[in-house]
Amino acid sequence: MIIAISILLFIVTYALAAVWAERKVSAFIQDRLGPMETGKFGLLQTAADILKLIQKEGIIPKAADKWLFVIAPIIIFVSVYMGFAAIPLAPEIIGTDSNLGVFYVLAIISVEVVGFLMVGWGSNNKYALYGATRSVAQIVSYEIPAGIAIISAVMLVQSLSLHTISLNQGILATDTIKFLGFWKVNEVGGILAWNIFQAPHMLIAFLIYFTASLAESNRTPFDIPEAESELVAGFHIEYTGIRFALVFLAEYGMMLLVSMVAVVLFLGGWNTILPNMGPLKLATWTTGAFWGIFWVMSKSLTLVLVQMWIRWTLPRFRVDQLMGFGWKVLTPAAFACLFISGIWRLLVM
Amino acid sequence: MKNKGSNIISGIGSVLKGMGLTIKHVWAARNGRKFDGVANDNYFEQQEGIVTIQYPHQEIPVPEIGRYQLDVKIDDCVVCDLCAKICPVDCITIESIKAVEDIGKTSDGTTKRLHASKFFIDHAKCMYCGLCTTVCPTECIIMTNEYDVSVFDIKEMDRKFSVMTEQQAVEKQLMLDKFNEERAAAKAAATKKD
Repeated sequence: MIIAISILLFIVTYALAAVWAERKVSAFIQDRLGPMETGKFGLLQTAADILKLIQKEGIIPKAADKWLFVIAPIIIFVSVYMGFAAIPLAPEIIGTDSNLGVFYVLAIISVEVVGFLMVGWGSNNKYALYGATRSVAQIVSYEIPAGIAIISAVMLVQSLSLHTISLNQGILATDTIKFLGFWKVNEVGGILAWNIFQAPHMLIAFLIYFTASLAESNRTPFDIPEAESELVAGFHIEYTGIRFALVFLAEYGMMLLVSMVAVVLFLGGWNTILPNMGPLKLATWTTGAFWGIFWVMSKSLTLVLVQMWIRWTLPRFRVDQLMGFGWKVLTPAAFACLFISGIWRLLVM
Repeated sequence: MKNKGSNIISGIGSVLKGMGLTIKHVWAARNGRKFDGVANDNYFEQQEGIVTIQYPHQEIPVPEIGRYQLDVKIDDCVVCDLCAKICPVDCITIESIKAVEDIGKTSDGTTKRLHASKFFIDHAKCMYCGLCTTVCPTECIIMTNEYDVSVFDIKEMDRKFSVMTEQQAVEKQLMLDKFNEERAAAKAAATKKD
């Protein structure tokens, strides 16, 4: 219960901070300053924005399907929020340690699609419907490479529990872990024990997952569901006030969720980045409850920043390019990673 | 297929190039550009850093004798009406009353012979050509470096520079009328004698 409430509070504050950070990152990339007037360096800007959104009138269009329209943002937000339950934050801190954690998170991410389709259908607006169908087509397509890249990581660890996967990427590991398959690093830990360095193809699997996760959270260069310049705002065009805020916060929550999954599966979860070097027991010193939360957060927030960096660098894909890239490049590459993982598991580990 | 492979590689290359470019801008954003005005020789050399000017808090200095708001030193004005005549948009309104007594000199020694009962410049009409400042014989109408003017009512743009009140103007007019009458009477008396 305490974890649930603290996660909820955290997501809201994180989302506000992330929107502010996004505006700052975009501003710096474009040689601007971003929000500066509300609070020091504009820090209160997003708080002011959300206050404004809460006070606004919740308009339901006459032609809209009222029930779908009202429920959809809640489904989207709750599904993202529920995803955080299975993420291990530290050796002892985890919402629920399910032995199907990976599967659960993937399923939860898929539930969001239903919310998107409800938003688009319920709004009864052509742009919203375009956005929703694009979003669904995109998320369904990119879940395949993302899922297979995840499976290639899961095959190495031989567990679907996010806790066990985290555990086996550091000095507390119960299995033997080998850096690139030849150097046993159970005692050394640190960055060398992360999944991404357990086999050479894992780096590619990570990149595939990261790219697909951009598509799943509707981020540029895969933001065709929102496509400001063609669909105005995409699927949430008819939304105002607090319902719009929910959809918007869920998008930023989704960014963090997919980053956290990437961190747990590939980048060592709550394990430290520093290896033990002889008498310098850096890894041992920086493992624990506080350090666990610190490492998970800093790694995932770095990934979120990379997502923002990509958004303000790359232009948007065309729909056919998006589908071509997903099905013709990412999916075969993910299958290749899966294949190598199987062989690696049999022959090397 | 080979073509596709090289496409992917060049695609990755161009993505990395773009990301490098944007991170360079983020790095350069540590420093803002210096807003020291066009008088600085390096004014056009600054290619990096934040370009935003937080306007009410920061300003780019403008040249001291730029073409901005007009100002009139009414004490130096000889009310010659040249500025109103040259003005291409007729934004200057001047009314004068002939002085009967000695009303002093301007700072450059020109004798003043007219009272400026009205001197208005409508900055809403002004196109900032500066012609009025070049024709002014006493250089009392000048352009200042003040450019930030906003008003709630457009009538406030029609700025008053004459210091004479209406009552004073009426007084001066009466004095002039009286003087003219006396002079006319004196002239009539003189013609009678002949």
